[in-house]
Amino acid sequence: MADEGEGIDRHERFRGDYPIVVEGLENKFGDHAVHQDLDLKVRRGEILGVVGGSGTGKSVLMRSIIGLQTPTAGDVKVLGKSIIDTEPEDAIGVRNRWGVLFQGGALFSTLTVGENVEVPLKQFYPEISDALREEIARYKVLLSGLPENAVNKYPSELSGGMKKRAGLARALALDPELLFLDEPTAGLDPIGAAAFDNLTRELKETLGLTVFLITHDLDTLHEICDRVAVIADRRVIAVDTVPNLMELDHPWIQEYFNGPRGRAALTAQALDELRKHMDMPVAAHAVKALDNAAATKDKA
Amino acid sequence: MTRLAEFELQQGEGGSVLALSGPYLVSTVGAVDEDLRGLDEPLARIDLSEVSEIDTVGAWLACQLASRHGAEITGASERATRLLGALTGMDSEQALSAPRLPVWSRVPEAMGEKMFNARSGAIGVISFLGAALISAGNLIRNPRRFRTVALVHQVELVGVSALPIIGLMSFLIGIVIAQQGAVQLAAFGAETLTVNLVGRITLRELGVLMTAIMVAGRSGSAFAAQLGTMKLTEEVDAMRTIGISPMEALVIPRILSAVLMMPLLGFYASCMAIIGGAVVGDLMLGIPFWTFLSRIQEVVPTYDVWVGLIKAPVFGLIVGLAGCYNGMQVEGNSEEVGKRTTLSVVAAIFAVIVLDAFFAVFFTELGWG
Repeated sequence: MADEGEGIDRHERFRGDYPIVVEGLENKFGDHAVHQDLDLKVRRGEILGVVGGSGTGKSVLMRSIIGLQTPTAGDVKVLGKSIIDTEPEDAIGVRNRWGVLFQGGALFSTLTVGENVEVPLKQFYPEISDALREEIARYKVLLSGLPENAVNKYPSELSGGMKKRAGLARALALDPELLFLDEPTAGLDPIGAAAFDNLTRELKETLGLTVFLITHDLDTLHEICDRVAVIADRRVIAVDTVPNLMELDHPWIQEYFNGPRGRAALTAQALDELRKHMDMPVAAHAVKALDNAAATKDKA
Repeated sequence: MTRLAEFELQQGEGGSVLALSGPYLVSTVGAVDEDLRGLDEPLARIDLSEVSEIDTVGAWLACQLASRHGAEITGASERATRLLGALTGMDSEQALSAPRLPVWSRVPEAMGEKMFNARSGAIGVISFLGAALISAGNLIRNPRRFRTVALVHQVELVGVSALPIIGLMSFLIGIVIAQQGAVQLAAFGAETLTVNLVGRITLRELGVLMTAIMVAGRSGSAFAAQLGTMKLTEEVDAMRTIGISPMEALVIPRILSAVLMMPLLGFYASCMAIIGGAVVGDLMLGIPFWTFLSRIQEVVPTYDVWVGLIKAPVFGLIVGLAGCYNGMQVEGNSEEVGKRTTLSVVAAIFAVIVLDAFFAVFFTELGWG
């Protein structure tokens, strides 16, 4: 982490390889330990999926990383700075460099979508002129895949999927380096979920984001995640690509990825790949055959 | 390495060249944005080759400049090209704030809407009362369907657990009335009439009125919030599909408990206020405690007690009705629960005070003055 030192400029970007480093994290609620000795390193520029059964503390982990939850023990470094022992509101020079999309969008309900996007801009960069700030808000909304007329709508007038996109627009308001997504596709229909996955991937590639993504969606894991971290037994038991994880001999991982839903997602992804890489008629036949086979299998 | 976003106008072949240098990030462009917007000479090219870092905001600025001046962007890094590509076609003129009507049509419209809402609200309350009476009638015919446990539970919440706060409140009110009354009456040398003042005002008016206000705040609001949340979580719909009438299971026990508890709480409040007055009498006026109480018996006519006891169940009905009606009207989101809860308390207190004024005139006309 070369750039750590005195007089670090707040405009300067963190150049280390691991923008998020969690070491020996322990979270306890009363006697109940959610995390114990949890280690996790997120690589620059990757989409890291985080999976785990319900109640294994995926959201608690995210809240610990973004400083909303003070861990009982351990250290969390984001962009080279420890965020333990700082109040969530303290300016420590990293909060303007991440964006967070909460599960329900968490939009401010008394503001329109455009005004929601303006909030972080006003907070961190009051020197930006009104005209430019409004332009930024508008293009961020469009960039998140919302139609133009969504800009001046209130959150209550939006559908679930649109709320998530609006939340994403606000998370991207400051051009962050890190993006935290808490179950972005939960509650979306399959088409909307796939579109959101594509959007995440595209934005990651264009903006050069590092994405920390909590999900239950097996399709999301297969389609867009570079690596997947599995939380079980209060720790991260494995971080690897999906194919490598499936090789591991852990009962929960096996059940998760090789259960009926896991296999279906895998087949879907394999078919996708085939279609992408081969347009030859022979291949098309092969795909069709595979499709049919899958359909018959499903029926059976 | 430059820390600030800078720009320079150069004369090149084919027109002026705007050379941008330094970081063009959301954190740095604020300083140069105004100046860049102020440029009005024609530009042929915008040179980005000296830009050290760029994000979407910097790219947006370059994009806008290029389209405003019809200039061509050169020297863009790989990242800048990618960002510029992503930002094309993202122009929009949409206003950020929601469209609002001008004030001369907005205000009358809002007033008109309020009037219509008031009318439909009044009709709604009356129909709700009607529906409640019908299901009460059904319950009388089929007493087995009556939910005794729910009623007892509500009686506890509305009545028993309200005893400490209502008792304390009334005791203090009794003290204030006696003390202030004694000061005023002393001007006429009529301190002993403090007993009449405290006894009659608490039994006739204040005991029941203050209790109704307290019950509206404690229980009416709770009815509205509970039923509203149950509507939101579709519990009410679930009941209907199982064949349970929400009117019988939820509304009747609540309204009935308010109707039953109000006379008891009102009478209890009056008694506490009288005790408060007697304490003041003992300490400040030299009227012994027990003498104060026995004087009450002599100076307060029995019909004063009846006035209070007749008003109380009516007030209870109003409070229960306002709470349950507003709770059952909740639709959509959690904000509505808050609005309806507030409305139930405000409407209940207002209706109780208006009705109290009618009762005052009515009982005086009856000769119970």
